[in-house]
Amino acid sequence: MDDEQPLVKAQALGATYVGSVAALAGIDVAIPRGQFVSIVGPSGCGKSTLLRLIAGLLAPSAGEVSVASLPPAVARRQAARISFVFQDATLLPWRSVAENIGLPLELQGTANARRTEIVDRGLELVGLGDFRHRYPAELSGGMRMRAALARALATDPELLLLDEPFGALDDISRGVLNEELLRLWCARRWTGVFVTHNIAEAVFLSQRVLVMTPRPGRILADIAVPFALPRAAELRAEPDFARLTGEVAAELRRAAS
Amino acid sequence: MNPRLRWLLENALPPLALFALILVAWEIGAAALNLSYLLPRPTQVLATGWESRAEIFSAGCRTAEAALAGFAASFCIGVIVALAFSQSRIVQRSFFPYAIFLQTVPIVAIAPIIVIWFGYGFQSVVIVAAIISVFPVITGGTTGLTLVDANLLELFAICNASRWQVLTKLRLPNSVPYLVNAAKTSCGLAVIGAIVGEVFAGVSTTSYGLGYLIYLANGQTKTDLLFATVFCSTLLGVGLFAAVSLIGNVILLRWHVAPQRATLTGRNK
Repeated sequence: MDDEQPLVKAQALGATYVGSVAALAGIDVAIPRGQFVSIVGPSGCGKSTLLRLIAGLLAPSAGEVSVASLPPAVARRQAARISFVFQDATLLPWRSVAENIGLPLELQGTANARRTEIVDRGLELVGLGDFRHRYPAELSGGMRMRAALARALATDPELLLLDEPFGALDDISRGVLNEELLRLWCARRWTGVFVTHNIAEAVFLSQRVLVMTPRPGRILADIAVPFALPRAAELRAEPDFARLTGEVAAELRRAAS
Repeated sequence: MNPRLRWLLENALPPLALFALILVAWEIGAAALNLSYLLPRPTQVLATGWESRAEIFSAGCRTAEAALAGFAASFCIGVIVALAFSQSRIVQRSFFPYAIFLQTVPIVAIAPIIVIWFGYGFQSVVIVAAIISVFPVITGGTTGLTLVDANLLELFAICNASRWQVLTKLRLPNSVPYLVNAAKTSCGLAVIGAIVGEVFAGVSTTSYGLGYLIYLANGQTKTDLLFATVFCSTLLGVGLFAAVSLIGNVILLRWHVAPQRATLTGRNK
């Protein structure tokens, strides 16, 4: 029965920062369990705000948002494992890669042996096996982001929120990490909400793309991405892929005008 | 050339050469003036210093003890105050103006009050040293505990971290580089505080520190002894600063905080 309910649900959701214009208004969206959704929109359209509302890091100023039918801040304590990947890797500089990946488990009070096991698996999963004892300052931007991804996955999340995680990376690292993220998602099938500026990235990764308007952010278009899974890098060269990115781009232009 | 040796030559040689030049000029100038109670010659200062080495050394030890005790006290108190400030905005707002009071109060003016309350002797000297050196630890500690990357705070929130976990696993480790810098400033101030404290409160027949020795030498117009003692006071301050810097830099290196490393060795990684 629980599976019938969408994992994330927003109704007439709005957010206004104190003394400022509305960041979001009238957001209605339902994300079923196991779906990977991307949100694209112009800068300052409140994409990150929406993600933070879903994470329970911000409280809505209008409407409501729920995760597993509970307010997010309650849900992440009782009902659903939520992880967040930030724009920057957001690693603790004084901890090694392995210690950073183990942090969420440490905060949960997971036993040492179990933690080591999960961290080892996470390091292998993102290809950082040889760098476990290195420190963030010694890694490249792409490697830091892999570590952040492994950290987010360490708690085996049901809901993974990603806030432009690959925005600061070069195109090649971004492409590789897109493919890895998709591979990980195919294996684990968490519910994903991915915020990005990059249309190709959004289409490649997700089953559904939401296009948002500038401030106050509203959902302008809800576009299904029909490509079969698993997807290979070659998908990006297909005419259908180009057609769909073109469609999203057209919606984005409409959103900006 | 060995880069380390080269670095030493480029950075240490110019000030040392200048120091030698000034000493020579001073020697010649003072000899010409021939007013030793106004400006003793460096060789004369050295000779007097050497003659009084036992007295200066024991006074120096006494001052070092007071400065170290004052520094330790101010560091502990400063960290505790910073912890209180970081946990409550209202506490910070209420108490911070009085912390500034500690920074701005003329120590010369309150030293007599401390003598009235705590009497002459070691304890009052330590208190003066602590008062004068506590402020950098309070501000540095508060900054380090509160100036935390907003995303890291959100990460801990997403992980449902308790307040205690945020403090011990995020805020405290984040404050380490700030506390190291604070300690460097604070230890030098503690030496100044100890010497000023000794001038006012260090009167003792059995053992006294450099501050009281300065006071005595001044009273007896032993200008050469005065110069020697002042020089040794400076050495003590530099020595303590160097020791704290060394320990601090080792901690920072272990903490993997890159920027400070560059200033330690003068070259970037």
